[in-house]
Amino acid sequence: MSLLEIENLSLTIGDTPILKGVELSVAPGEVMGLVGESGSGKSMTALTVMQLLPHAARASGRVSFDGIDILAATEDQMCALRGDDIGMVFQEPMTALNPVKTIGEQVAEGIRWHTKASRAEAEDRARKMLDRVGLPEAKFPLSRYPHELSGGQRQRVVIAIACALKPKLLIADEPTTALDVVLQAQILDLLRGLVSENRMGLLLISHDLAVVTEMADRITILRHGEVMEAGDTARTLSEQLHPYTRQLALASMHVPARAKAHSTGQGKPLLEVEGVTRDYPGRRTSLFKPAPPIRAVDDVSLSLAPGQSVALVGRSGCGKSTLARMILALDKSTSGTIRFRGETITGRSEAELKPARRDMQVVFQDPYGSFDPRQKVEKLVAEPLHVLEKKPTSAERREMVAHALHEVGLGVSDMDKYPHEFSGGQRQRLSIARAIITRPKLVVADEPVSALDVSIRAQILDLFAELNQKLGIAYLFITHDLTVARAIADEVLVMHDGRIVERGKTGDVLDHPQSEAAKALVAAAPDLHRAIARRMQEQG
Amino acid sequence: MTLHIDIPEETLGSILAKAFRNRSFLIGFVITVLVVAMALISYVWTPYDVTKLVISDKTLAPSSAHWFGTDHFGRDILSMIMVGARNSIAVALVAVGIGMGVGVPLGAFAAARGGLIDESLMRLNDLVFAFPALLSAIMITAIFGPGAINAIIAIGIFNIPVFARVARAGALAIWPREFILAARAAGKSKTQISIEHVLPNVATLLLVQGTIQFALGILAEAGLSYVGLGAQPPMPSWGRMLFDAQTRMVVAPWMAIFPGMAIVITVLGLNLLGDGIADILDPKSRRQR
Repeated sequence: MSLLEIENLSLTIGDTPILKGVELSVAPGEVMGLVGESGSGKSMTALTVMQLLPHAARASGRVSFDGIDILAATEDQMCALRGDDIGMVFQEPMTALNPVKTIGEQVAEGIRWHTKASRAEAEDRARKMLDRVGLPEAKFPLSRYPHELSGGQRQRVVIAIACALKPKLLIADEPTTALDVVLQAQILDLLRGLVSENRMGLLLISHDLAVVTEMADRITILRHGEVMEAGDTARTLSEQLHPYTRQLALASMHVPARAKAHSTGQGKPLLEVEGVTRDYPGRRTSLFKPAPPIRAVDDVSLSLAPGQSVALVGRSGCGKSTLARMILALDKSTSGTIRFRGETITGRSEAELKPARRDMQVVFQDPYGSFDPRQKVEKLVAEPLHVLEKKPTSAERREMVAHALHEVGLGVSDMDKYPHEFSGGQRQRLSIARAIITRPKLVVADEPVSALDVSIRAQILDLFAELNQKLGIAYLFITHDLTVARAIADEVLVMHDGRIVERGKTGDVLDHPQSEAAKALVAAAPDLHRAIARRMQEQG
Repeated sequence: MTLHIDIPEETLGSILAKAFRNRSFLIGFVITVLVVAMALISYVWTPYDVTKLVISDKTLAPSSAHWFGTDHFGRDILSMIMVGARNSIAVALVAVGIGMGVGVPLGAFAAARGGLIDESLMRLNDLVFAFPALLSAIMITAIFGPGAINAIIAIGIFNIPVFARVARAGALAIWPREFILAARAAGKSKTQISIEHVLPNVATLLLVQGTIQFALGILAEAGLSYVGLGAQPPMPSWGRMLFDAQTRMVVAPWMAIFPGMAIVITVLGLNLLGDGIADILDPKSRRQR
């Protein structure tokens, strides 16, 4: 018998239909993967099971959990279920914990609430649970606060809270999306272990087909609130009967078609980084001793030829973004020199940097945060024009913006819109339009596609490749996602703890990693081909 | 969670529509408009001339001839309240203007520069902030003599650190955003970024603070006039009227009640207006309304 049974679930918020006749079931000890792109209704399905929907939402159909009709349950009944029989893990570990309470209190809270256990008992159980999720007593006493933990450690605490009462069902909504691949692999391992130990049902929600394939026994593919295809993971993905399934699978493995790169390694290098180091002031341990500095970037050297595309890969916190900011002259290096087009840019004033700024631009990760919400597209995309020697007239400016928009596949009519009128993928196109409007020689892209859905990601990668061909722009891609590196880069640099530990041709590094850090990254990276193959093998 | 429910950026029309569904905004708005209208009308017409003393009519109770009664010189209280509104509004408005004009650039500058400059500017700010408004006003008027202009300057100076703080706090939240980084990568200077990107994004905060400071300014002006440091006779002012009423509370209570009510209603109206604006513009309160 199924633990969770969702039949013909429809949901509307106001007049907007969100879910249309969703069918889904999870058996005890089973991992059900719920896959879909943003806006497909994955999270809303999860919230319906928890009865945590927004006020305006109206649900119809049947949702039964362990024989209880969820849609008809009272708030009191739901309070007893939530956190006890159904646990939930959210995507963002930074905001899912209460910053003013210790991790011990937060894990024990649910235990005390649901079991009426004494404080000591509850803390005892909390301790055991934290040990189980890999936060041992010696390093992580109950008295730690969330801000003292890293993202991966916080997500472990969130899982400990969700699993403290051995729930029958755990709903994990993008539990690893905010984490780097190595942490992701660890957290997935942990979830897998908890499922098999307690015969817990797991509803794993993700946009990442590879992650779900590795984890889930069965898979449900959702699009625009409707189930496209559902069934056994290995069969569904190997046969790819439904066109949308095929589209998703293709998009997650997409490699843009690139003719041979223009001029790899010939002529004078465009960018040279020599022995660059960046220290940040550390935490003071004593009133009298100076604080020991934290070295974010440690003696890094690299060079980039015109038109070349290089990926800088590494785990989160390895210093890759700091390095990118120094290259863009947004942050000062502690020592070392950076030369761009043969000119030193380290230690220059903002005015002296203007000519260099014309030739280097940036694309950020978050397509929502990288635009001022109060300005129109024309002004936003034209922003870098300000570094030009000769200020363009407003007609010229409009012309240039229109041209840049055209190059990234947007229309002239988009010029008078505000950024919120665009989807995530379109905004990333706007970011790229802004980056190429001055015809730069180098674009630094900091995780440019990691916030995007797979099909959009494929389109954006194509666009990057096309612009590289057409305009001869060199790229420095900063990413923790090896598929992106494989898709777009000629060369890969692997960064670990502020140092570059491995470099070479993309294929060489990713297929035969030499350093520990590179090996760990390659091993942890979810890969759809590999995951399907393994699934098939397991089933014989 | 991947709940990208876009909050629609509003057009002026939708903001106004929402504003007039918000009860505190509506009440505050109506009161404020009435007070301002009263002050404006007083320039062209008042029931009686407030500069003319008619001793034979002194301390008359409210009647159909004098709706709010007359004071100890026989002046019409309603006319005095109308003319007094001019003074209160002008003082508060200019004081808010001084506070914003100096405080906002100061706060934005501190946030943009950071480090030692930020720290020392803000500590200096704290120093000014530590003096109660009335005390600093008394100090200034003690040096430069009493009068409406000096009251304005005194209240204005008191407003500077308030706006500096709000502007700095708002700006600090904007500076780490990626679109600021993008603007820096585009080679814009900190001043340009502050003007183009930071200030428009903290404008709503400042608007709300502005209405609150406006209300406080009216109170401060009344307080200063009450102790004789505000507008000088024969120019009527609400605080001055209260002072005159003080010794005649028992025989002529209307002399205290009506100017008192004028102050209370105006301040209440402005506070409601400020609350309403904060509610309308705060995305967090949006969903409940």
